[in-house]
Amino acid sequence: MHAPLLVSVFIVASCGLAYELIAGALASYLLGDSVTQFSTIIGTYLFAMGIGSWLSRHIGGDLLRRFIQIELLVGLLGGISAGLLFLLFTLHAGPFGLMLYGLVMLIGILVGLEIPLIMRILKGEVAFKDLVAQVLSFDYIGALAVSLLFPLVLAPHLGLVRSALLFGLLNALVAAWALMLFRTRIGNVRGLQVQCAAVIAALVIGFALAGRFVSLAEANLYAEDIVHAESSPYQRIVVTRWRDETRLYLNHNLQFSSRDEYRYHEALVHPGLAALPGARRVLVLGGGDGMAVREILKYPQVEHITLVDLDPRMTEIFRTSPLLRPLNGDALHSPKLTIVTADALQWLEASSEQFDFVVADFPDPSSHGLGKLYSTAFYRLLAQHVSATGMIVVQATSPMYARESFWTVVTTLEAAGWQTAPYHALVPSFGEWGYIIAGHRGYQMPKTVPVPTRFVTPDALPALFHFPADMARVPAEPNRLDNQNLVRVFEREWGRLQGH
Amino acid sequence: MQRREFLLGASMAALLNACGQPAGFSSKPPLPPGTLTEPARLLGHRLRQKDFPAPTETRRVAVVIAGGGIGGLSASWRLQHAGCDDFLLLEMESSVGGNSRAGSNAVAPYPLGAHYLPLPPPEARAVRRLLRELNVLKPDGQYDEAYLCHAPQERLYRDGYWHDGLLPSLGLGASERAEHARFHDQIAELRSTRDHAGRRPFALPMALSSREAAWRATDRSNFRDWLLQNGYTSPALHWLADYACRDDYGTRAAETSAWAGLHYFSCREGEGQVLTTPGGNAWLTDGLKQGLKQGMEGTRSAQLQADAVLWRVTETRHQVACDVYLAAENRSIRILARELIWAAPLFLIPHVFVPPRPEWLAALAGIEYAPWVVVNLTLSAPPETRAGVPLAWDNVLYDSPALGYVVATHQQLRYAPAPTVITWYRALHEESVRSPATPLLQMDRAAWAEAALRDLERAHPEIRQTATRIDVHRHAHAMIRPRPGSLWDGRREVFTRNHGRVRFAHADVSGFSLFEEANHRGVLAAERTLTRLGVSFNTFL
Repeated sequence: MHAPLLVSVFIVASCGLAYELIAGALASYLLGDSVTQFSTIIGTYLFAMGIGSWLSRHIGGDLLRRFIQIELLVGLLGGISAGLLFLLFTLHAGPFGLMLYGLVMLIGILVGLEIPLIMRILKGEVAFKDLVAQVLSFDYIGALAVSLLFPLVLAPHLGLVRSALLFGLLNALVAAWALMLFRTRIGNVRGLQVQCAAVIAALVIGFALAGRFVSLAEANLYAEDIVHAESSPYQRIVVTRWRDETRLYLNHNLQFSSRDEYRYHEALVHPGLAALPGARRVLVLGGGDGMAVREILKYPQVEHITLVDLDPRMTEIFRTSPLLRPLNGDALHSPKLTIVTADALQWLEASSEQFDFVVADFPDPSSHGLGKLYSTAFYRLLAQHVSATGMIVVQATSPMYARESFWTVVTTLEAAGWQTAPYHALVPSFGEWGYIIAGHRGYQMPKTVPVPTRFVTPDALPALFHFPADMARVPAEPNRLDNQNLVRVFEREWGRLQGH
Repeated sequence: MQRREFLLGASMAALLNACGQPAGFSSKPPLPPGTLTEPARLLGHRLRQKDFPAPTETRRVAVVIAGGGIGGLSASWRLQHAGCDDFLLLEMESSVGGNSRAGSNAVAPYPLGAHYLPLPPPEARAVRRLLRELNVLKPDGQYDEAYLCHAPQERLYRDGYWHDGLLPSLGLGASERAEHARFHDQIAELRSTRDHAGRRPFALPMALSSREAAWRATDRSNFRDWLLQNGYTSPALHWLADYACRDDYGTRAAETSAWAGLHYFSCREGEGQVLTTPGGNAWLTDGLKQGLKQGMEGTRSAQLQADAVLWRVTETRHQVACDVYLAAENRSIRILARELIWAAPLFLIPHVFVPPRPEWLAALAGIEYAPWVVVNLTLSAPPETRAGVPLAWDNVLYDSPALGYVVATHQQLRYAPAPTVITWYRALHEESVRSPATPLLQMDRAAWAEAALRDLERAHPEIRQTATRIDVHRHAHAMIRPRPGSLWDGRREVFTRNHGRVRFAHADVSGFSLFEEANHRGVLAAERTLTRLGVSFNTFL
């Protein structure tokens, strides 16, 4: 009769370790500093298991019944742990550390009750020396199985939320199985059956719905190592590294991958700047990572670059981090560069400076605040800062995935009096990406690109300005401050994309 | 088992506590600093006693304009455009603007009263002229983007959720939604209706409304009854009607003329777009007064005299004698004017005119004003949104006696969250300044600051932590109330006529307090004055 219980030990041990790993991964993802997070989570969890083991002596009566109930409780709490913590974190529902460690304690205590209970249940059937040997071996084998399975298979493919739900389900199934096997030895089976069914149903439904809950970015992130994570007053900055690839995420959105960012930034800078041999003064709005500045510095005639970024932490990290400085070629240390920490709108309103080339590299218009940076009012304000022969270039989301959004930005620029030249480039990490060059006068494609480039070469230029039928212009309304229709259009298009 | 349950319970309680308890919840932070301001109330009360020194000097001027609110400023604006510069505008406060004034601090300017102007309908010709003059209404018919209220314009907090717009979008049954659609259609029909004379049933300015008895008859019932009689029972719709009346008129729907209620909903066109700035409507005050010669204090050429109380008006056959107390000099002067434009609240008439005309006194019987309290809260960070649509310009709480708040920095060109000032409004619809005991109005700064915080923290639990300043502005006679019958029973219209050398130019003459009405009354009084002075002009109206 004791073989099934030993199988249970294996599963229960797997689940126990899984919750610990999930909590550790979640904590290091959300809070950064993975060594500290893993150490403290594991420590807390083991300590809580100790409390559970100690408390197990107070559990008496029908041990099988208690075991099944504890399994169900562990399954439920452990199963929803990752999703619940994510939710609490995103809702800012309170001090997150307290809630995280509270939940870890709770699960740890319950898991700590399990093994002592099983040993007491098996006590009458097996000799003590065999009991200890068998139970503990299965315990450690279960731990090994999960510690290998979790980073290689589960986290990358299922994500944290669904992995937790899966282990919760295993706990509940152990309970159901034990109930089936020992139904003759337990009183009031009906009540336990209902409890089992309810927990299993809840976890299955949770698993089915989890796909909607977990963003694509999350699944990506867990396959990578987080090398830097911090929350500035304005955003969450996360830098990851996987083999030789470095990635920057702002508020969980991928900003660049070191593997193909040269495509994005060459396409951002060169079609415009190569056409402006007289450009002396350049303004970069956003782009605190210094990549656009790196490309601009290739032009010797550029005498001065002003970089305006809202977040001082961004420019600081990319100025000082030994990992990141090689990526922008130390561009942020250039003597030609002035870094301004300011809200671009406020700075432009207050400044009277004129520029020959302006790069507007802002985050996508996903909120009313960011939508202002793509409005007729903003582009009119910008026009006052661009010399008569000068040009601007605007990153304008994807003409492929957010087609109407892209052409809304084009229409907005035109409504603000600019002549536009929209183009696009393929950046594998993002897909097809869209840019718009605009000037007081029309744009002339340059015959040459006078600086070293890997992607934007003279023969590649014409193709960038050609829009195939699936990205061709669609009618759109200008984005004014009083309607902010771009935010709505972008939300609709991007939401649709994430829906499937 | 008991110990385990205890342990479980204790840790759950700790967890719940941690979730539900923002930092510092247990100890309320002390009230942040701030000031209490109110219109020169003491001077107003002295007026009743006529407790002023006798005039020591006599001056002459063609026109005296009494009152520097929107009515008086509009009158001076109109006179100047006709080349008539021989006037003196008297203002009791130290600055002009009346309800359209602003305060200011390091974070932003903020309104002390009126804070928006809806896009004017074609009938409001003088308002449109002013907006063209200020280059806010462009030659191509478009409005300046900096002044059009940025999206999102308004939202409503109900059942713990911020809804887009002022009618809740969720949690309504099919019948209630159908009723809203029917109300919407009926209002649309009222907007497009024209009577036999080509007039709208409810026009802005209201003087241009249809004179047909059927429309005017709605003045006799209250707005709540009108809704019920027309089959509208939706609680959300009744709330909206009540909110609109409290917001624009300082009264409950059940105490508001149905004519005024229908006017609110149907006198304009379009989708409710408004013009606004961080300082509310102070930009309109500035626009109207920009041509005024302020001059040195006491010099002859000045067209504006602030801190001046017109305390006695005596009309003779050839002139109007205006006795004016100059607070800064603590003396009175006598101004002999050919014409007087009375642009101060009408309730002051019996205390100033010697003797007041009997028909004025009769028309003033029953006149009532709504007191207002405006609380400006300076916040270190914008109010947080727990659930629903993001922060809008106008943010209204459903089950609140107050009117919600507007965000002064909403129109600022910035995209990152930053410190802000929010303006919380409360019309004292429960009270009348006619009754001597007005406990709400007597409440001090601390009490009003606490009332505003308590109202707001239901939606924004963090507000006590983020508030760095709370300034309270109390206004006893903030606006006249359009009670049932008050608009078209014939008494109000007494003040629309010429009275010898005196004309009336305050929104009170229209019976409700709107910028467009004050502007219309000011321009109309000025144009009638120009006619009497023999100055030729093309009408602005």
